[in-house]
Amino acid sequence: MSLRLKDLYQGFRDPQTIQALAKQIHSTAQKLREPLAIMEVCGGHTHTIMKYGLSQVLPSNIDFIHGPGCPVCIMPKERIDQAITLAQMDNSILLTLGDMIRVPGSKSSLAKERAKGFDIRALYSPLDALKIAQENPDKNVIFFAIGFETTTPMTAAILEQSLALGLQNLFFHINHVLVSPAVHAIMQDDSCKITALIGPSHVSVISGAKIYQPLAEEFQVPIVVSGFEPVDVMQSILLIVKQVVADQHRVEIQYSRAVTVEGNHKAQQLIERYLELRDHFRWRGLGDIPLSGLQLKPQFSALDAEKVFAEYLSDEPIDDHKRCICGDILRGHAKPKACNLFGKGCDPTRPLGSCMVSSEGACHAYYKYAQVILPRDITVQKSQPS
Amino acid sequence: MCLSIPSKITQIDELNIATVDTMGVSRQVSLDLMAEPVSEGDYVLIHVGFAMTKMNESDALASLQLYQQMIELMDSESLASQDLSGVLVK
Amino acid sequence: MKRVELSHGGGGVESQQLIQNLFYRAFGNEILLKAEDAAVLAIEGQVAFTTDSFTVSPLFFQGGNIGKLAVAGTVNDLAMMGAKPLYLSCAFMIEEGFLWSELETIVFSMAAELKKCGTKVVCGDTKVVPKGAVDQLFINTSGIGQIIAPLHAFPSGQGLKKDDAIIVSGDIGRHGAVILAARESLNLQSDLQSDCEVLWPAIQALFNAGVDCHALRDATRGGLSALLNEWASSSQVCIEIDEDNIPIDDAVQGLCELLGFDALDFANEGTFVLSVSAKQADLALQTLQQFTFCQNATVIGRVSDFQAGLVILQSPWGSQRVLEWPKGELLPRIC
Repeated sequence: MSLRLKDLYQGFRDPQTIQALAKQIHSTAQKLREPLAIMEVCGGHTHTIMKYGLSQVLPSNIDFIHGPGCPVCIMPKERIDQAITLAQMDNSILLTLGDMIRVPGSKSSLAKERAKGFDIRALYSPLDALKIAQENPDKNVIFFAIGFETTTPMTAAILEQSLALGLQNLFFHINHVLVSPAVHAIMQDDSCKITALIGPSHVSVISGAKIYQPLAEEFQVPIVVSGFEPVDVMQSILLIVKQVVADQHRVEIQYSRAVTVEGNHKAQQLIERYLELRDHFRWRGLGDIPLSGLQLKPQFSALDAEKVFAEYLSDEPIDDHKRCICGDILRGHAKPKACNLFGKGCDPTRPLGSCMVSSEGACHAYYKYAQVILPRDITVQKSQPS
Repeated sequence: MCLSIPSKITQIDELNIATVDTMGVSRQVSLDLMAEPVSEGDYVLIHVGFAMTKMNESDALASLQLYQQMIELMDSESLASQDLSGVLVK
Repeated sequence: MKRVELSHGGGGVESQQLIQNLFYRAFGNEILLKAEDAAVLAIEGQVAFTTDSFTVSPLFFQGGNIGKLAVAGTVNDLAMMGAKPLYLSCAFMIEEGFLWSELETIVFSMAAELKKCGTKVVCGDTKVVPKGAVDQLFINTSGIGQIIAPLHAFPSGQGLKKDDAIIVSGDIGRHGAVILAARESLNLQSDLQSDCEVLWPAIQALFNAGVDCHALRDATRGGLSALLNEWASSSQVCIEIDEDNIPIDDAVQGLCELLGFDALDFANEGTFVLSVSAKQADLALQTLQQFTFCQNATVIGRVSDFQAGLVILQSPWGSQRVLEWPKGELLPRIC
């Protein structure tokens, strides 16, 4: 039997497989001594759980706590303001990826500034930054780089190309962050209720599953690195339940068709060549987490927008709307529906907090998929199409 | 987590660029991050215009076959003995 | 290369050239050629009247162009009211410098579409504006149709009834996907074709076969998501859709996978939805499937009284979610 591309999609969304896994989870979960609180670290997994309604086919003693895995969600307002400031400078072109342009800073967003006429572009790929810089030699082209470990190597790759091409007008504002320190900060909080983790799919492709080993050991929780299709997530939940029942707390790779223990060494080396850890990085909702973010190495300061344009930039911390509870949601203490602003003043068209902006944010995914109306155990009679 | 999807390499172009197909939509992607060589017909995971890794085809097939067996065994007692484990780290 | 100039809109001899050599040649019929200030029409019974303006970018896309869209869009609006599309007006706003050959292609595309349902362009207007005043070309078409749906059974967004079958005429999202894929910045290649199509022949067939269409609508801007939500709200019913039954072309799905979108939110320009009583569903399907552009017609769901105003998607493994209105700008999901 040979693999077709469609199998890689449909095979991992197969209804019968999902039902069979659900059945196994139900039967194994009966042996759980306590209810299970699983944190799915990544926004993409939240998206899958919501879109495919997986909570509805799981037993009631398994619950999800939504993690911080959304690089747009955790961007503090002061850094968004920095992006806006850079965009407003004379002769500049500000570039970033997708959803970032809709995130509200303290007063405005990149999308709103673009509407005023500033040259701000949402890219699908960082490679476009090279082209834009070459096509506009008289402009300062600034790439506002965002993302977890998955996207960091791409920034490093274009930086390398930029140096090779000798580009003088391409600058980088680095906002790359790391998953492990953030998860560590959440887990070490005394009120943390998490008993297992679903590890990110694509961060793990780059960094390898090895990065979760210290977390599993320190906090004695099972961590299963999962693919992002519904079958993957269901199988990962089954593996978690089995581990908990057997009192195990190991790192296990469910997504073995793409993830290895070691990860992509070439990508890791590329990152290490150009980037280093920052002492501190402020995460929206989580506060300052040491050694959780990256910056350009000192020998590349000439390309570092934070240094080159330092005189225009402020890093005064800016807090959120008083009633926004994105912080609690990101820490896993609350669900979106618990927020007084959810659906009443804060929705995808008017996001007050970043959890609502990105489609990976817990609030946005909830708004679109879980909604407030359907009770969890409703079953509707399905009449067959004639 | 970042959106990354499997696509099939249909052509390797110059300058370490490949053309990939995602169910009928094609795009050029950079192979600069690939740690291993790839050929036409390989499945790769792509993210923001770069290929990140080659999909392990035999692993994917093995998973799909396992699920198939699981469905067939669904009502029988041998289900419990089926090994659905992932790869353990350490 | 010949281009449209300001003088072509000036009302003088150059304007006449444009009108005679292009518009009359393509659209010529006895009413139009009278060249009066207004067209004189005689229509029996109730009349449907609609208008739409078209500003699509790019002007030429896989499966069509702005002209084809301008005819199909208005003809379809009439068809969705159970009205035979009889007459169209057509107004062009052309940016000076527009390529004559491209305008010709567009106008002759329009003529080809009109032939499919016997509709005539009976009046029109042309303006040529200075560079920058419009983005290449805008077209407005207004349409008049003769209502042939029986008065007691008029299709309406308020007409959905409990236990109705919801039928979609074909696979969804192709037009929206084509336009999105054409965005230069995305650098995508595909064989995707817009579904842009004149729907009247299929609608006429439904009425001739005695199918009582409780509701009829083409799923344009906002796609299936917007349409179903509009209906659930107007009729104050619940609409339950079996997700697996919604036909989606592989390439449309591929695009959605790549960029993180949902095909249910994409526009269609030749795909429509109807609500009919469950016992007429088979007849409706047989009637539609005779047309190549409706060969994938299928039942996708039903109307219930579970919760008024709600659209529910049922997964094949027993879970449900609410299908929300599409919101905001479509930005690719990246990281």
